[in-house]
Amino acid sequence: MSLYVRYFVAIVIMALVTYIPRALPLTLFTKQIKSRFVKSFLFYVPYAVLASLTFPSIFYCTQNIYAAIVGTVVALLLAFFEKSLVIVAAASVLAMFLVNLL
Amino acid sequence: MNSVSRKEEFIDGVKKGIPIGVGYLAVSFTFGIWAVEGGMPIWMVVFISFSNLTSAGQFAGTRLILDAASFFEIGLSVFVINIRYMLMSLALTQKLKEGTRLGQKLIFGFGVTDEVFAVASTRERKVSAPYMYGLISTPIIGWTLGTFLGAVTGNLLPERLADAMGIALYAMFIAIIIPPAKKSRAILGAIIISIIITCILKYVPVFSFITDGFAMIIATVIASAVMAVVAPVKEEEVQE
Repeated sequence: MSLYVRYFVAIVIMALVTYIPRALPLTLFTKQIKSRFVKSFLFYVPYAVLASLTFPSIFYCTQNIYAAIVGTVVALLLAFFEKSLVIVAAASVLAMFLVNLL
Repeated sequence: MNSVSRKEEFIDGVKKGIPIGVGYLAVSFTFGIWAVEGGMPIWMVVFISFSNLTSAGQFAGTRLILDAASFFEIGLSVFVINIRYMLMSLALTQKLKEGTRLGQKLIFGFGVTDEVFAVASTRERKVSAPYMYGLISTPIIGWTLGTFLGAVTGNLLPERLADAMGIALYAMFIAIIIPPAKKSRAILGAIIISIIITCILKYVPVFSFITDGFAMIIATVIASAVMAVVAPVKEEEVQE
């Protein structure tokens, strides 16, 4: 299979496994989940996913690990003070860019 | 519903969707740069955003594609990340106007993102299909257009700046998880457990056969299950 065909098939699979969890409950259920465990489990999923996606990968997002550490610290600080997503991202990019220039 | 109120509902939805769309424009811009940098053609990167319309899921999936992961691994990883949408869609069923047809649900179901869900589920009135169509339209345009602009202009950026852009999506994820973690020790707990497990699976040689995608799934399932037992959420929290 050529590379782009592989990519395309993978993207279609991604689209399906994104659409199905969104559309299925809308069409099938009229009552809410009763299990408190399942509800709680699903409540924590996004946080656990994003944490696992971010750490430790963030430290390898550029060749200079010190630049990545500075970018991470800037992001953590601004996120702690509840700045918007765009501000946090832009400041962290800028910080890493400046360290790379040194 | 007569045609006038249908139109009003649609317009109200569009109005509520505009801020989401503008935010998406900026966020997807970095995705476009990042994915093109990884070696994917521009039209394909834009197709990912248009067909997936999600952040964490398509980010993880795209990374796995570029890492030459198997279709099964890609599908399972993205599905696990998107399991949360089932809870949102489920909650949304309680909010739908009576008589919303199956075909309509299948259409607007495509656009139920975290932010769209947040707006729709907190509306005072019930939500109708025309309202949902309006609500999802600007986010779809913003997400797709932003990706295209990032993918196209990314090549024009100086190499060092483009390299620094690689941290943007991670920084956004940090911006999403830290504020709730400040308010909830349980969320902080889920985050810390997840990171510890991810690191163990990555750095302990015994587990070196586990790929990044499965490491994320294992870390997420364990961290969420542990916290669901230790700190089960109250009804109101789930609705957030």
